[in-house]
Amino acid sequence: MNKPEKLMVDGKRLDGRAPDELRPLKIVAGVLERADGSAYVEMGNNKVFAAVYGPKEMHPRHDAKSDMAVLRCRYNMAPFSVDDRKRPGQDRRSIEISKVTRDAFEPVLFPELYPRSVVDVFIEILQADAGTRTAGINAASVALADAGIPMKDLVSSVAVGKVEGTLVLDLTKVEDQYGTTDMPVAIIPRKKAITLLQMDGHFTGEEFSRAIDMAFQGCQKIYEVQRQALKDKYEVRREE
Amino acid sequence: MMAEIVAKVKRDYIVALAQQDKRADGRALNQARQASVETGLITTANGSARVKLGNTHVLVGVKVEKGEPFPDTPDSGILMVSAELLPMASPTFEPGPPRAESVELARVVDRGIRESECIELDKLSIKSGEEVWTVFIDIDVLDHDGNLIAVAELAAMAALLNTKPPEDKAWTLPKFPIVERPVAVTVAKIDGKLLVDPSLEEEQVMDARLTLTLKEDGSLCAMQKGGIGYFTQEEVAQAYVLAKENARELRKLLG
Repeated sequence: MNKPEKLMVDGKRLDGRAPDELRPLKIVAGVLERADGSAYVEMGNNKVFAAVYGPKEMHPRHDAKSDMAVLRCRYNMAPFSVDDRKRPGQDRRSIEISKVTRDAFEPVLFPELYPRSVVDVFIEILQADAGTRTAGINAASVALADAGIPMKDLVSSVAVGKVEGTLVLDLTKVEDQYGTTDMPVAIIPRKKAITLLQMDGHFTGEEFSRAIDMAFQGCQKIYEVQRQALKDKYEVRREE
Repeated sequence: MMAEIVAKVKRDYIVALAQQDKRADGRALNQARQASVETGLITTANGSARVKLGNTHVLVGVKVEKGEPFPDTPDSGILMVSAELLPMASPTFEPGPPRAESVELARVVDRGIRESECIELDKLSIKSGEEVWTVFIDIDVLDHDGNLIAVAELAAMAALLNTKPPEDKAWTLPKFPIVERPVAVTVAKIDGKLLVDPSLEEEQVMDARLTLTLKEDGSLCAMQKGGIGYFTQEEVAQAYVLAKENARELRKLLG
């Protein structure tokens, strides 16, 4: 991928979006038969499946907690999801993403309801175009709800970055690679609480506060699409 | 891999049905499940395909990248097939290094592709002894409801047919060289009855399975027997007849 001459032209981004505009977002709940809950998400060119199993008995048993359920997350990239084939299996990056994803969900669950059990969340990235962890969280959130896991709210996630001095929402791969900053955020929309926050690059204090505002606004829109996906599957339409 | 427990009533039910030439999902013994093939959905891959056979759901991506040839075949491209039984696909699949089941899956698909010579690997040389094209076939199992080998093989073939040449000056062929379309069919044996395209519950009670990979002319290019039971000579011959019929139907999905 070559560096484009400019990442912003007349206040618009290379794909024609305004700085605070999300990529096209598609979410479908309940796409896999075997899993207890599942979801498919397309966020721009990202294509992601999430599946949830549980609450179920923990194996190995010594990993279980006597007074609460354990949440396990596994983020995985398909070998063909990126330009240069990725070796199958977990690397340091996916282990870290799995961990911060789990941390992003802990606050919305009720682990005390299911002592000695485990809830497994599997995220599979089939096609990557920056923001895979945020797309994965958006998918996992709907999959958890689809599995009937009690939750205080969904979790919605998006990244904010900076390219050529402008703050932009929901970065593409080019913007991530040649921009200066990438900050993925996950929030609990109704509680307005942040459950994932990472950043690399550079923000001034003022930019940081504006970036968080942008992330909240972006997540709010994602939240609506997540809710609609669940409604599309579960809403009972009364006959007239 | 954790074994799945099958209730005795379910086992007896499936066996009793097979004795009457019936199946739990209403299919005839020689009938495969409803299949769909979708290609080209992964743009980061050179070729891709998603195949659903009943509720079994497999996605295959093909990547074509430069690599070093093996010393004994300095002018031949390399074929690499890997499979991941993603834990999302079944409660019995666990994360971690590949286990026997996923290795078997990848190797049987590899044999079908390789032995049918459907890819002209000898055309994939760049510089003799130094550089050749490597064709990676990666199998992602997303939803497991039986017969993974045949579904993965079909998805691999559909993805290969969908494969576009890499955008690289070193590539000189007009297109990705595919000259054959092998198709795999699995026949399961339950209490002496043979049935095509076993579902997961049928696999759980079967005595044995035989996967046959057939070329377009009906000849065989790979086989794999699995399970603890056995096949008689007549049963193997009967399995071949069933496979031949079914391969013809499945191949139509490849377009």
